[in-house]
Amino acid sequence: MYEKDGEKYFIVDSHMHYWDASPENWVQGAEQYAKGWIECFHAYQGLGPAETHQPLEEFQKVSEEQLMRQEFEEGHVDVAILQSTYLREWYKNGFNTSERNGYLAEKYPGKFILNTRFDPRDGDAGMREFEENVRRYGAIGAKLYTAEWNGDSRGFKLTDPEAYRFLQRAEELGVKNIHVHKGPTIWPLDKDAFDVSDVDHAATDFQGLNFIVEHVGLPRIEDFCFMATQEPNVYAGLSVVIGGLMHARPKFFAKVMGELLFWVGEDKMTFGSDYNIWEPKWQVEGFVDWTMPDDDQFADYPRLDTNGKKKILGLNAAKLYGIEVPAECQITEGQPAAQDDAQLVEDRSVAPA
Amino acid sequence: MIAGTGPARLSACCVSGSVSQASSTPPTTLVDGVWEALRTVRDPELDNDVVSLDFVADCSVTEDGIAHVRLRLPTYFCAPNFAFLMVADAWDAVSQVDGLADVDVALIDHFASDAINAGVAARAGFVHSMAGSEVGEAVEELHELRRSFTERAMMAGTDLVVRPLMRAGATPEQVAGMTLGDAPDSADLRRLRARRSELGIPADDDAPLVVDPVGRTVGLEALPLHLRKARSYQVGVDANTSICRGQLAARYGL
Repeated sequence: MYEKDGEKYFIVDSHMHYWDASPENWVQGAEQYAKGWIECFHAYQGLGPAETHQPLEEFQKVSEEQLMRQEFEEGHVDVAILQSTYLREWYKNGFNTSERNGYLAEKYPGKFILNTRFDPRDGDAGMREFEENVRRYGAIGAKLYTAEWNGDSRGFKLTDPEAYRFLQRAEELGVKNIHVHKGPTIWPLDKDAFDVSDVDHAATDFQGLNFIVEHVGLPRIEDFCFMATQEPNVYAGLSVVIGGLMHARPKFFAKVMGELLFWVGEDKMTFGSDYNIWEPKWQVEGFVDWTMPDDDQFADYPRLDTNGKKKILGLNAAKLYGIEVPAECQITEGQPAAQDDAQLVEDRSVAPA
Repeated sequence: MIAGTGPARLSACCVSGSVSQASSTPPTTLVDGVWEALRTVRDPELDNDVVSLDFVADCSVTEDGIAHVRLRLPTYFCAPNFAFLMVADAWDAVSQVDGLADVDVALIDHFASDAINAGVAARAGFVHSMAGSEVGEAVEELHELRRSFTERAMMAGTDLVVRPLMRAGATPEQVAGMTLGDAPDSADLRRLRARRSELGIPADDDAPLVVDPVGRTVGLEALPLHLRKARSYQVGVDANTSICRGQLAARYGL
């Protein structure tokens, strides 16, 4: 929990990792990719405040103690959602697998929610592994990395028939929160890995699932916005948005927030630190202090008040994951009119410019 | 392979044209010509040229007239399709500089450097360049991708041109009826015209100011949503550019 000016914020870090990208874990013959990947992440950390930058060696693999301290003691986080990312083509034991994350989740009950994953290209064996992980960790969420390499394949789409089979099974198993990575860092070759039209179709066809688009489709944020505004079960995962822009480029951060607030709305935006790329502490504190600039060029963007910040920092994700929120952190007074989830673009009042 | 186009390209041709008249041009002038040529090469996603983006790691011309250009990107895993377009465009643009004996353009510090560099040097398309490479195979050429990003650039450019007009008091009715010639000249307007020309959409003074990506006039009723979307495109380009610049600075200690 974070408290500022008498307001109490319940914090759900809905997108974080416990990875091992140390050289000992690099796959022989794929070292350049394993190295390139983590160095790419490390460069992202450079967009945060200088005092939070880590040496590469530390960044490659933080200790359990450091993670617990930076998330929960210093970072104000109440519940952290571990997102599994395998990348076994490059990392011998995976980058951060369900097993690795599961170690933390089992050791610290109540602190973590473990999201597993599936890869439709893994066929029946992958399905069994998915089912086993759901059972073992009680997962109600999964992270999908549609641009992940797998054998000769350089990516998949949610609309692939095999992917639909897994989504169907996910729904049956009660894995209702599907986090989809649509954002920077790895790309298949000519396919447009940021194309969110597959999420659009899947969200329409699987009304019982929620699709949280991590990194809001960056660098195609506008396509994401135009899609999300029409799909009541599509959410904006703010990892990278806050971490990558709020400190480094505050003006652009305000504009991106303005776009998201306009098209998607504060009821469907969720905070994620993207730890260990960025620590939650400065992100939570900075976001609570943030206000839309008064400048003329931001005049037609929606404002974000304390209640809106409470929703984004924790209450929205708590609702998605059924996390109990203490009464003192609930929104109690002056509730703003909620966005109508199902409202279509055409129905919105569109400011001219 | 389509070379970088637009008005900046014309100025590069003029520069190289004047250079070609002196056969004993000193390398420093040739280097200037190469830099000018590189300014015509765009990152299609960021709608900005590779010189302004600091993507040129090295640019030199040897005594015997060989231009060496090294391009770099913000990350090791930047999209190989865009990388290929930039390397190929740089090759084409620099090749237009008169007085050079040969051209050597290469991408450095990238996971697909080898495949891209070999393919561009061999004048092969993207699919052929990637075939059998360690980093995987491509199934489509990049013309559609380029078109799609030029459309985005046009939408974003519409925001840059029209927003100031509306902030100065132009009504939606007025904007809907305006032509390109009605808008005051500016760098943004010239860029918008260039993007429209690349898309095959009329860009002369009599052409309507606001059109959709296939060139149809946007009527008054559809105008507010169209402009709202144009603004989102512009914010997207800005946000991407700022992230890419930050990454590049972190990677190369700029």
